Amino acid sequence: MEARFFLRFLLLLSLLSLSFSIYEDQVGLADWHKRYIGKVKHAVFHAQKTGRRRVVVSTEENAIASLDLRTGDLFWRHVLGKNDVVDQLSLSLGKYVLTLSSRGSVLRAWNLPDGQMVWETILQVSNPTDLLLHVLGNVKSGRDSLILACNGGFIGAVSSIDGVIVWKKELSVDGLKLKHVFQPPESDTIYAIGFIDTSQIALYHLNAKTGELLKHATQSSPVDLSSEISVISIDSLVVLDSTRSSLLLIKFTDGTITHHHKPLSGIAKDFSDTAELIPTKLNDIFVVKTPSSVSFVKVKGDNELELIEKSDQTGIVSDSLTLSEEEQAFAVVHHSSNAINFQVQINGREVLTEAIQIEEHRGRVKSVFLNNYLKTDKSHGFRALIVMEDESLLLVQQGAVVWSREDGLASISNAVPAELPVEKEGVSVVEVEHTLLEWLKGHMLKLKGTLMLATPDDMGAIQAMHLKSSGRNKMTRDHNGFRKLIIVLTQSGKVYALHTGDGRIVWSYLLTPLLQSQRCPSPSVLTLRNWRVPHHNALQENPSVLLVGRCGPSLESQGFLSIVDSYSGKELETLILDHSIAEVVPLPLADSSEQKLHLIIDNDLNAHLYPRSSDSLKVFIGDMANMYYYKVENAKGVVKGYAFKEGHGTGSSDEYCFSTRELWSLVFPSDSERIVATARRKMTEVVHTQAKIMTHQDVMYKYISKNMLFVATVSPKATGGIGSAGPDEASLVAYLIDTVTGRILHRVTHQGAQGPVHAVVSENWVVYHYFNLRAHRYEMTVIEIYDHSRADNKDLMKLVLGKHNLTAPITSYSRPEVTTKSQSYFFTHSVKTIAVTTTARGITSKQILIGTIGDQVLALDKRFLDPRRTANPSQEEKEEGIIPLTDSLPIIPQSYVTHTLQVGDLRGIVSFPATLESTTHVFSYGIDLFYTRIAPSRTYDSLTDEFSYVLLLITVVVLVVAILVMWAMSKKQDLQEKWR
Amino acid sequence: MERSSALIGSLFLIISISCLINPILAATYGSGDGYTVAGRVKLDSLATKGFGLSPKHSETKVILNGGQRITFIRPDGFFSFHDVPAGTHLIEVSSMGYFFSPVRVDISARNPGKIQAALTENRRTLNELVLEPMKEEQYYEIREPFSVMSLVKSPMGLMIGFMVLVMFVFPKMMEGVDPEEMRQAQEQMRQQGIPSLSSLVAGRS
Repeated sequence: MEARFFLRFLLLLSLLSLSFSIYEDQVGLADWHKRYIGKVKHAVFHAQKTGRRRVVVSTEENAIASLDLRTGDLFWRHVLGKNDVVDQLSLSLGKYVLTLSSRGSVLRAWNLPDGQMVWETILQVSNPTDLLLHVLGNVKSGRDSLILACNGGFIGAVSSIDGVIVWKKELSVDGLKLKHVFQPPESDTIYAIGFIDTSQIALYHLNAKTGELLKHATQSSPVDLSSEISVISIDSLVVLDSTRSSLLLIKFTDGTITHHHKPLSGIAKDFSDTAELIPTKLNDIFVVKTPSSVSFVKVKGDNELELIEKSDQTGIVSDSLTLSEEEQAFAVVHHSSNAINFQVQINGREVLTEAIQIEEHRGRVKSVFLNNYLKTDKSHGFRALIVMEDESLLLVQQGAVVWSREDGLASISNAVPAELPVEKEGVSVVEVEHTLLEWLKGHMLKLKGTLMLATPDDMGAIQAMHLKSSGRNKMTRDHNGFRKLIIVLTQSGKVYALHTGDGRIVWSYLLTPLLQSQRCPSPSVLTLRNWRVPHHNALQENPSVLLVGRCGPSLESQGFLSIVDSYSGKELETLILDHSIAEVVPLPLADSSEQKLHLIIDNDLNAHLYPRSSDSLKVFIGDMANMYYYKVENAKGVVKGYAFKEGHGTGSSDEYCFSTRELWSLVFPSDSERIVATARRKMTEVVHTQAKIMTHQDVMYKYISKNMLFVATVSPKATGGIGSAGPDEASLVAYLIDTVTGRILHRVTHQGAQGPVHAVVSENWVVYHYFNLRAHRYEMTVIEIYDHSRADNKDLMKLVLGKHNLTAPITSYSRPEVTTKSQSYFFTHSVKTIAVTTTARGITSKQILIGTIGDQVLALDKRFLDPRRTANPSQEEKEEGIIPLTDSLPIIPQSYVTHTLQVGDLRGIVSFPATLESTTHVFSYGIDLFYTRIAPSRTYDSLTDEFSYVLLLITVVVLVVAILVMWAMSKKQDLQEKWR
Repeated sequence: MERSSALIGSLFLIISISCLINPILAATYGSGDGYTVAGRVKLDSLATKGFGLSPKHSETKVILNGGQRITFIRPDGFFSFHDVPAGTHLIEVSSMGYFFSPVRVDISARNPGKIQAALTENRRTLNELVLEPMKEEQYYEIREPFSVMSLVKSPMGLMIGFMVLVMFVFPKMMEGVDPEEMRQAQEQMRQQGIPSLSSLVAGRS
């Protein structure tokens, strides 16, 4: 009976912990959130005389944002859909931000101060090609101004106030591509210039108010035109011919087209034939770039060209900036040995040259956006936004970097945890509490907080105290394993180490410039792995990470490896490989210096062993017979398994190269099944117990195999998104495959279901999320797999006492009978990514981390996804903690680990264990980063920050007083007794 | 049948309202190979504040088919998707602080422009595509206001409580004990040296 009561008590406790939840004043104690925007591709400065200065940017990550020009902080940011790429960005009326997106078909206006979308207009676009967005400033139909959006032969004029299409004109000429639209001042006519195919130049006159075609003229060109143009004034442009060896200067005066053909060699002698026009908008100047130089050419009069400057370094040129009616400025940035030269020219006259120191790890300048301001003496001052190779954004002014944003972190592709250095003796511990009085004061405050007696001021003090104390930002390892480094790889190939305490960048390292100087022309980093994770016997070695990449854009190009120290970010070793890279396979083996063994599989299916040392070779060859590799070919619908054997296929004598031998292959019928998702267990996952005790003291043995692969296939018709297939033509098949033997352990078909499929495998179960077309809801299914062959072995006592015969290892060589249990539940939201919590020993119960469509991370207890949930659980089952069956999974708002924050454009969730068993780190990344620590079963192994020491102290005092009083009373009574 | 026609009517109404704002909708409606799905997101503060949205709501997104297309709501809560092919689609609303049920939207191919909508969470049919949050979401645990009970229920409180109990109840229990027995027990205690609770209890029974 007592046991039952105790169980019930435990159940009560565990029910309390079903959701991860925090109080509002705990925000920021363990978590941090960083917002980024990504690599800037357009920037428009808001020219406002007073108030906060802003710059509006759109980025490669498809975000539009408004930044404070003074600090670089975000005012607002929106992330558009993946297929809704921003093509053009502009400002209108000084208060709206205009974006043209989705290949010129969606025009949106956003309110500049707060980012609210004001209107959205759909432009019917037949053939999207070159997109132009042109805000006409001087057409005043009322207080409104018109926005012209051009696309191929289509022109639409949209009112900037409400987005109404005032007129639209489809210039129905085959092959017409509009290149430039302009309106002379004080005129009601719009001129549109375009090319018809590559041979004709066309000029259209349109009424600005009605769009009526007034006049049009075409003229054939003497040369084939390329699509590279440079607009040099409001009514003239320069175009490169298709052979890239000559220029055509086109002028449109009074509705007529005049053109002059100029060979490039006439400007300067050594123009080779691979010139490029940099699309700039400079006054009477255009920029020609050749592989070796950048030249600025001025157009004089009608057809005179003059080379004004030619620099041998390749510089980056900004768009021109109109200062006044006749003054236009642009900026050129060159690299010098250890700084960048920032140069501003007004009308071709150099007015400003500054050398600006920029940290080397930012790489080269990628683009420049120039802005001016009026100094107190009425002269022009200049500042510029500079986008660097690592995608960071800098504001430079007066020869210095005013602020910088690490926007490279918006494109994380991979994240691994790493340890911090061990605290050395002599390194002073952060002084946490100075005096007993302060300590007591602090705890009194905390107590007030818990008793809800604190004033807002007190709350602030508590918050500050929390943040200051606990030394969470220290650069050393802590006892609980809460302080770690998260090493992330970004799209630009830069590696950052982030501190889990506050998310600051501890070090960063850009690999590419280093490689470019060697024989690696266009390096791109593919993946990041832990290379050395020192354990007790190699603690003097620093941990390090491995970067693997390709030297060129093609799959066949040779690879490179780079090893970076995790503590310092110093590069230890870089190798340019002489083979290609198809896949990197980390092995569960390490050499004597704790370097993890990795196999790199090349395109010819040869395996190359790294590190290349005799020690690692010995380790690998010793275990080679038990090493297998599988490969999923999504396009072909094949999964293949391989074993390794010594000797290179091509007969070279490289002893670190092994050839592979195909063992099995699994071919999915291509007419009915397409692979849409695969998932496998994390290599590093620890499983605590192999058995699961059921009700009635029954034991089930988990089928725990590291070689289990989950594969989901859908019928070909259902591979599109939702809405593309009906329930009768869609089906989803889930497989559990053993990757050593190719044996299908389990196969289940879901009729009327389709992708996208997101799956996570852990221990002996898999959870996957897909769309059920019949119910028209999302569903999550859990499959648990049990080893049936050991099911007879049911002596619980032996198991508990450790006398159970567990020596029979789980092996893929034997073919144990397996049984599965499965259950499906509805889930409300679309899912972007799915992960599972991992803890140090695997004792703590699991939570499934679901990245929802709303960019939040939901922690869902695994017990909700228990296949044994029944509608009416029996008493025993209830005691075991089985939750009554419901058709859908609950979404408890308090169990969002991201609480009120969103991780914009969420792409991945990584969970890695802390040293403390109850706690796990959760790092989620998208455009934003969010980190927190969660305890899926509450912190049962440590006191929380919430623990009130003062209350404990008071209790102890009260108890002592009570004892004293009791003692006194009993004495007194004793005395009375004796007197009696 | 009546319901569906009412639905079409209201959809038309919505579309025509949005057409007043934006006549391009009328131009694309039914033309091309897709249809326009237009609706409105209704948040409480929208109604009270009228057109001004709090910054939180300017983040509200409307998502078609799990991310195929994303649009934002206008200040008045209207949104629209253009060129949506016939078929059954799913619309989700993402707005911090609110829980929205996804909406199943059927666009009939045979009967152009006929659109039906239903909430997937509770299968309620929508007469017009006005999406309202099912509930507000509170992401933080609410601190319970200070009460004596919570203090008493804490482990420390329990300890104090037990102490008090011992202080007041045990002497009472002692009173009921026969003085003879008491003396015996005390004798025993003296013999054993250390008084123990178990011996006391054992001695009583």
